[in-house]
Amino acid sequence: MSDVSISTETVDADAPAAGARVGDFIELLKPRVMSLVVFSGFAGLMVAPGNLHPVLAAVAVLCIAVGAGASGAINMWYDRDIDAIMQRTRKRPIPAGRVDPQEAVSFGIVLAIGAVTLMALAVNWLAAGLLAFTIAFYVFVYTMWLKRRTPQNIVIGGAAGAFPPMIGWAAVTGQISLASIALFLLIFMWTPPHFWALALYRTGDYAKAGVPMLPVVAGARATKAQMLVYTVLLFPLALAPWALGLTGAVYAAAAVILGLLFILAAVRVWFDSGERAARQMFAFSILYLFLLFTLLIVDRAPGLLGGSWT
Amino acid sequence: MMAQSLPTPAPDSTGERRRRLRMRNRAVLLVLLMLVALIYVIAIVRMGGG
Repeated sequence: MSDVSISTETVDADAPAAGARVGDFIELLKPRVMSLVVFSGFAGLMVAPGNLHPVLAAVAVLCIAVGAGASGAINMWYDRDIDAIMQRTRKRPIPAGRVDPQEAVSFGIVLAIGAVTLMALAVNWLAAGLLAFTIAFYVFVYTMWLKRRTPQNIVIGGAAGAFPPMIGWAAVTGQISLASIALFLLIFMWTPPHFWALALYRTGDYAKAGVPMLPVVAGARATKAQMLVYTVLLFPLALAPWALGLTGAVYAAAAVILGLLFILAAVRVWFDSGERAARQMFAFSILYLFLLFTLLIVDRAPGLLGGSWT
Repeated sequence: MMAQSLPTPAPDSTGERRRRLRMRNRAVLLVLLMLVALIYVIAIVRMGGG
């Protein structure tokens, strides 16, 4: 093995010894977050009036996925200091030393530019513009500005996660309409109780990292009260797609049942002094959005339920 | 640059580094080829009025 010589001048002390694996780069894309983003974007695409060639629809979904992944990679690069402190994030590729920070940010920027460019060339400029705005909002407004400064970080920053259905809608129609804004508001209002449920049982973690999540700054009681308010406000918003004629009675009935269950989960969190109810609410919040958007697609898609039942 | 005495990587580590680099290069090549194919298909669809 004497033919291999490594100069100490070219070795970065922070670089991983054996180099990053392909899997580490995939992990940078936050696949679990990406899956929900892709699903909501796909739902926007499916329920929008009009036709888009299946290949172009697939390209639009791919661009939303890559754009979301790029945002995640840049977020992991910027937050590598606090990620190393928090239990939940310390095993991520950068704090674990498996991916070099510069490689991660370069990877994210290249993917972001690629996704927006492809969306503009293959689909339309409005969808590309919305995708670019979403990535910029997540990186600059949420990650760099709000996250470490205000307990309202995920309320305002949550807008970034709410844009995908609008992007999907814009990909098909080339427009922003009241119905697509309703889909945006649905996710926007869902985000705070979803993240605060997580923050309630990770309060120590966030406090240690100096992230001013609401339970850290205002306490558990105030957080639980706000979660309840948001779930109540979400209830009528979830019915907006039905009220706007986007979906039929199946969706409306499901939205009522799921909405009541979500409020019930928030009430249980209010009365629970431990963290069990918060954990359950966090898990249910994901199921809630998944089921709601599944029904939106099923109720809207022609042939699946014989069209919308009104 | 400040002189540092970094531990010389073990032969296994060098071999692993090369293997991972090879895998990454293949992944990048695969993605680029898929992108070329995708742009070709998009061009066909767009020209066909899709």
